[in-house]
Amino acid sequence: MDHEQASALLPGYIDQELGLSEALEFERHLAGCPLCQEAFAQHRDVSAQLRQPGLRVDAPKELAMRIEAALPRAPSPWEKLAGWFGARGGRAPSAWAPFGAVGAMGAMALSVVALSVSLGLYLAVPSSEARLTQELVDTHIRSLQVNHLSDVISTDRHTVKPWFNGKLDFAPPVVDLAQEGYPLVGGRLDYVDGRTVAVMVYRYKLHPINLYVWPGSDAGAQPRIREQQGYHVAHWNAQGMNYWAITDAGNSELRNFVAQLRAHPAS
Amino acid sequence: MADRLLVQRFETLVLPHMNSAFNVARWLTRNDQDAQDVVQEAYLRAFRFFEGFRGEDARTWLLAIVRNTFYTWHQQNHGHAAETTTFEEDVHGHEAGAGDRDDGPEAMLVRSESVKRVHTALRSLRLEYREVVVLRELEDMSYKEIATIVGIPIGTVMSRIARGRQQLAELLGPAKQEH
Repeated sequence: MDHEQASALLPGYIDQELGLSEALEFERHLAGCPLCQEAFAQHRDVSAQLRQPGLRVDAPKELAMRIEAALPRAPSPWEKLAGWFGARGGRAPSAWAPFGAVGAMGAMALSVVALSVSLGLYLAVPSSEARLTQELVDTHIRSLQVNHLSDVISTDRHTVKPWFNGKLDFAPPVVDLAQEGYPLVGGRLDYVDGRTVAVMVYRYKLHPINLYVWPGSDAGAQPRIREQQGYHVAHWNAQGMNYWAITDAGNSELRNFVAQLRAHPAS
Repeated sequence: MADRLLVQRFETLVLPHMNSAFNVARWLTRNDQDAQDVVQEAYLRAFRFFEGFRGEDARTWLLAIVRNTFYTWHQQNHGHAAETTTFEEDVHGHEAGAGDRDDGPEAMLVRSESVKRVHTALRSLRLEYREVVVLRELEDMSYKEIATIVGIPIGTVMSRIARGRQQLAELLGPAKQEH
């Protein structure tokens, strides 16, 4: 990547809009280019200054009131409910008439919706799993890249666990595996699959292991390990939580890590 | 009946983005009163078009309408002089609150020197850069969303953000060293 290309990509890099390979190429150029380093520092500083509170002001209350008043009369909750059923019944009377009661229609409509949803879910299983794996590998790489491995750095699970309090709508299980050769080094929040998830960071020798946890049951209890872009990814389910572990350590090291984790119940 | 449903959907999907709409309008008009007028008009338009809204991202959809409303308003109010030059002001002569007709944003903001400086710099930015910078930094929108709102390719979004940040860096840079 030459200087001109790198300059053009600078904002994308700051705003994390580049693809992974583009970002890596940009960083390679950045490392050896004082001009780009200066521009990067400047622009990042400008960005940070613009994001301080005080530049953004909420809409005045009277504006909200004027706009709401201008809408066709805002209905009360009861009217909303009545309106909802009423509209259901009233919208296409001729087509629905042979089926009789509104309740039957609703039930039918619901079951059609349910069927198409479950069919959709069923069909989506392999591709969503692959997509999620890719997303997690990307997140893992990014966490190593931008020096953002942990937000709370501690080898003590009694520090890491409370740190998550109030940041998540679930309590992630935090286990200490230092005795087993996998010391806990910290935790952070990440955004995966459209939700905020807990990440516990462990190490095996010099290899970081990111353990992603969030509520759900996308997998079986038996861990499945696969390889992607040189990383090993394990996925399993336990006590209503999805677990994903990702590392550049070897397959057997990851397998052992997962086994230890499962053998040590969280407290 | 259908109207009621529509109003409900509108209330759930579109009304919650009023702060974003106001913020964007405020930085486009650079005046709180005008911003209120633009937002109110935008909401009326949004409601008129709402039946055609097909569940894409409501905030992006609304902000595109806010922006269009602003441009219509701007052309009506600034007539032939509506070119971007109207928006270029001498930053150094622009003291916050000092005899300024556009009392809105300034009046609200006296929180800190730093905010004041950034505020003045952002105000002086040309409209085409200001709008992308505001959408990106204050509204935290992705390049793709900004491209949709402004109606330009993503590459242009990126280059305008770069120009905007560069100009802001130049405006903010020297003043910083005085401290």
